Amino acid sequence: MRTLEQTTQEVLDLAAKHFQLPAGSLAPADDFFKKLGIDSLQTLEMLSRIENHFGIELPDYEVQGVSDFRTLAERIQSRL
Amino acid sequence: MKSFTGKTLRWEWREGVIELTLDHAPANEIGSAMLAELEQFVVASGALAPETSVCIISSARKSVFSAGADLRELYRGAAPLPEKERLAGIRNFLERIHAVLNKLDAAPFVTIAAVHGVCFGGGLELALACDIFIADKMARFAFPELRLGLIPGFGGIPRLKRDLGNAFVRDLLFTGRTVNAARAQAVGLVAQLAGEGEALRIARSTAAQIAKFDAVTRAAAKKFIKPVPHDELRREIDLFCELFARPAVMAALKKFVEDSGPMPYLP
Repeated sequence: MRTLEQTTQEVLDLAAKHFQLPAGSLAPADDFFKKLGIDSLQTLEMLSRIENHFGIELPDYEVQGVSDFRTLAERIQSRL
Repeated sequence: MKSFTGKTLRWEWREGVIELTLDHAPANEIGSAMLAELEQFVVASGALAPETSVCIISSARKSVFSAGADLRELYRGAAPLPEKERLAGIRNFLERIHAVLNKLDAAPFVTIAAVHGVCFGGGLELALACDIFIADKMARFAFPELRLGLIPGFGGIPRLKRDLGNAFVRDLLFTGRTVNAARAQAVGLVAQLAGEGEALRIARSTAAQIAKFDAVTRAAAKKFIKPVPHDELRREIDLFCELFARPAVMAALKKFVEDSGPMPYLP
């Protein structure tokens, strides 16, 4: 079972890879909409990337309003 | 005619396979322009049917198969009209898209939706008229219509109900959530999962296999196992128009059109 810290780090790594950013350039408290400037299609791509990586389903309404990596990781953790 | 390039889509017949490619910026929204070209397509593909084994529908747009009905066009066209004309307009559009999808659904050749990215609402309804879904593992599916105070209007519920269990149909409909390709395969919506960027290649390979079988038997088998649910489709149009008449729908459409948030398909 992953810890929340491990999940958070995996989410940061996934996002950095998906958006082609240098490793370590994202932090748990970052607002990903502001930091990455992503639109609705990119949000859905990231959701698919997360679900495929963790082997979970993360209903959209559970992440609606979430904008930082740490809170996103908490939502993922609750499905692991 | 064995090929066509229009403003919203293109298609080409080659060695018994028709490839229809949706290519309408930004997200293959189905509005009046795409509807007109789809109408031309079903006439042309009907004429080519005797020499066609498979039709593959895919998208040339990045990250999207189709985001669904063109709600911006719908809102801008409907908002200035008196209620009676608004309803007549929407009913006419629905009758036309149903005619297209019913023809596609009942085509004597096999139809494959090669899906990647977003496949929502009317886009999912277009794919549901096909016989086989082949989905990229990054594909996502949703029926977000209830957020607008509407039901899917292009035949979505009758066709989804025909193919899948009610638990999944109601989950999609009542939550408006998006589901990934793995889940869609698990419930039986998706026939084959493809790696990223591989859906069209796998659809072509599947088409080559399908083409090996006898055309008469293939058409008879399809007619036997996939009846078009005409009565429910008719009732869907009536219910959609009944719901569309409510003022709350135009208010929800206005909100959607003006929404630039990351999840505009959720209320």
